[in-house]
Amino acid sequence: MSHGHDEHTPAEPETPQGEGNPGGLLTKLRAKAKSPAEMGEEFKKTQVWTSIFRHKLDDSHRNRSLAVLSNVFLHLHPARINRDAVRYNFTWGMGGITFYLFVLLTLTGTLLMYYFHPSKAEAYRDIMFLQHDVPFGNLLRNMHRWCAHAMVITTWLHMMRVFMTGSYKPPREFNWNIGVLLLLFTMLLSFTGYLLPDDQLGFWAVTVGTNMARATPLLGHEGPFGPELGMSAFNDVRFALLGGSVVDANALLRAYIWHCISIPIIASVLMIVHFWRIRKDGAISGPAPVMLESEIKDD
Amino acid sequence: MDWNQVWTLVSLPDNVPIVLLLLMVPFYTVLAFREAAKNDRLIAELERDPDLRKSHHRVPYPWKPGWPKTVHVWPHLLKREFLAAIIVTAVMIVWSICLDAPLEEPANPSLTMNPSKAPWYFLGLQELLVYFDPWIAGVVLPSIILLGLMAIPYIDVNPLGNGYYTWKQRKFAIGTFLFGFLVLWVLLVIIGTFIRGPGWLWFNLGETWDHHRVDHQVNYDLHELFGVTGTWPVFFFGLAFLGAFSAVVGGLTHLWIVKCMPAMRKRMSLIQYANMLHLWILMMIVVAKIIARLAFTVKNFWVTPWFNI
Repeated sequence: MSHGHDEHTPAEPETPQGEGNPGGLLTKLRAKAKSPAEMGEEFKKTQVWTSIFRHKLDDSHRNRSLAVLSNVFLHLHPARINRDAVRYNFTWGMGGITFYLFVLLTLTGTLLMYYFHPSKAEAYRDIMFLQHDVPFGNLLRNMHRWCAHAMVITTWLHMMRVFMTGSYKPPREFNWNIGVLLLLFTMLLSFTGYLLPDDQLGFWAVTVGTNMARATPLLGHEGPFGPELGMSAFNDVRFALLGGSVVDANALLRAYIWHCISIPIIASVLMIVHFWRIRKDGAISGPAPVMLESEIKDD
Repeated sequence: MDWNQVWTLVSLPDNVPIVLLLLMVPFYTVLAFREAAKNDRLIAELERDPDLRKSHHRVPYPWKPGWPKTVHVWPHLLKREFLAAIIVTAVMIVWSICLDAPLEEPANPSLTMNPSKAPWYFLGLQELLVYFDPWIAGVVLPSIILLGLMAIPYIDVNPLGNGYYTWKQRKFAIGTFLFGFLVLWVLLVIIGTFIRGPGWLWFNLGETWDHHRVDHQVNYDLHELFGVTGTWPVFFFGLAFLGAFSAVVGGLTHLWIVKCMPAMRKRMSLIQYANMLHLWILMMIVVAKIIARLAFTVKNFWVTPWFNI
C-alpha cells in the first residue's frame, strides 16, 4: 500500500487542482472554512440546538446530573446512586430487563397487530400468513413469544432478588405489593396471548385454565355453593371471561382485547406507580450497610 | 431410559423456557447465597470487634475514606443499562432465529389434546389439581399465594437484612420463601412439564409416554381408612382431623419459634403472629396433601356434601 500512501503525502509534487493558484476562489473559501469540530461547536449555539438540549455538554458534575434530570426518559433515575448499586451481583438487572422485555413486547406486539384479525375465520390463517409470507413475520412472532416467556422468568427472578435482599422492608412495603400485582398481570398478559393463534395448543391451554373459573366458590357453577346461588354454565364467572360457555369466537375477541388493550394499560399504570415509588422510597435499597443484632433497640 | 422421549420433551419449543428456568434459578440461588455469605462474614467480624464497627463502611465491597459513596448515574448506571438492553436484544433475536414459536393444528373442540396442559408457568397450579378440588387448586390457593406474598412486608418485622443479602440474620424468612418458591412453585412447574404425561399420569423422566397406559390406582379419602361412614360422621371426622393437624403444626411451629427465635416472636403483634402462623399452616397442609397422595394414595382429608379438602 506504500504507493497509494505516497500519492497523498504533502511532499507530493503534483498538487490537486486549484491549489496552484494562490489568489483563486477555492483557496479563499478554504481559508474561511471551518473544521467539522468548529462547525459542531457553532451549531451548539444555534436556537435549534439550545431549544432541544437545555444544558451544556462539557464533562462536569452539574452536566452529568442534568443529562439525567432534564431528560424525560432518564429522569426516573436519580442523578447519583449508591456506588455499589451498579454491581450485577446485587441487582441481577432483572427488574430493568423485565421492563425492557415489556418494551420489546409492545413493539413486536403492535407490529403483529397490523397482520392479525381476532376472528375464528381469520386468526389461524393470519398466523400462517405471518409465518410464511410476511417479511420477517416469523421472526416477529417468535420474538414476541420468546420475550413473553422470558419476561415471566425475569419477573420471578426479580421478585426473588427483592426478597433475598429484604428490599420489601420499610419503607418499601407498598411497592412490593404493586410488584406482586405486576407479577400477576405479567402472567395474565402471557396467558391471554396464548389463545390468539387459535391453534390446539392455545385452545386447550385456555380451556384448562378457564375451567378453573367454573369451580370458583359462589361465582362458578361447579364451585362450592355456586349452584345454590343460581350459577349455571351460562351466567357464571367463566361465562363472563369467555363470553360464552365454551372457548369460541367471543373468547378469542375477549382474549385479544384483554391482551392488547386492557391488561397492558393496567400493567402500565402499575409500572408507573412501581417506578415512581422506587424513587420516592429512596431509590434502590442497597447494597445497604449491614446492621447488627446487638445494635437493634427494641422498645 | 428413553432418550428420545427426554429429547422430545426438552426440545419442545414451549418447554425451552423451563430448561432456561432450570438453569437460571439454581444459578441465582447460589449467587444470592454467595453474596449472603460475604455479608454474614462481615457481620460476624463486626460483632466481634467493636472498634471495627466505628471505622468500617459495612459493605463487603472495597471502599476507602475519601472515596465518594455515590456515583453518577450518567454514565455509570446508564452504560450498564444500555449494555444490558443490547445483550437482551441480541439474545432474543438469536433465540427467535433459532427456534420457531409452536403452532399446532387449528383449534378443534372435538379433539382433546392429551395431555392438555396450561401454559408452563401455570403448571404448578395444574399439578395442584391432582391433590385438591379445582376450586382450591385453581381459585383459593392462587389467591392465598398472592395475598400471602402481599402480606410478607407487614408480617416480617425483622429490622435486620434490609437492603443486603444475608442468611444468618433472616433464616426463617428466607427458608420459608425459598421453600415456597423453589419447591412448591418451581418444582411443581417442572413436575407438571416434564413428569406429567398423557392422562396427567406420572412418567419418570426418560420413561416413554404411553398413551394407552391405565393406572389402576385406588385413591382413598382419609375417613375410609378409619372406617368412618355416614355424611355427618365423615364431616366431623374430617373437620376434627384438619383441626388437629393445624393445631399440631401450629403448636410445633410456635414452640420452635419461641425456643429458637424469641426476638422474632417478641417483635410481632398478635395479629401479625396469627397471620404468619396461619399462612405457615396452610402451606404445610399443601405439603401434607402432596405427600399423602403421592406416598399413601390418600386424596381428601375432609369430605363434605359441598366440597372436599
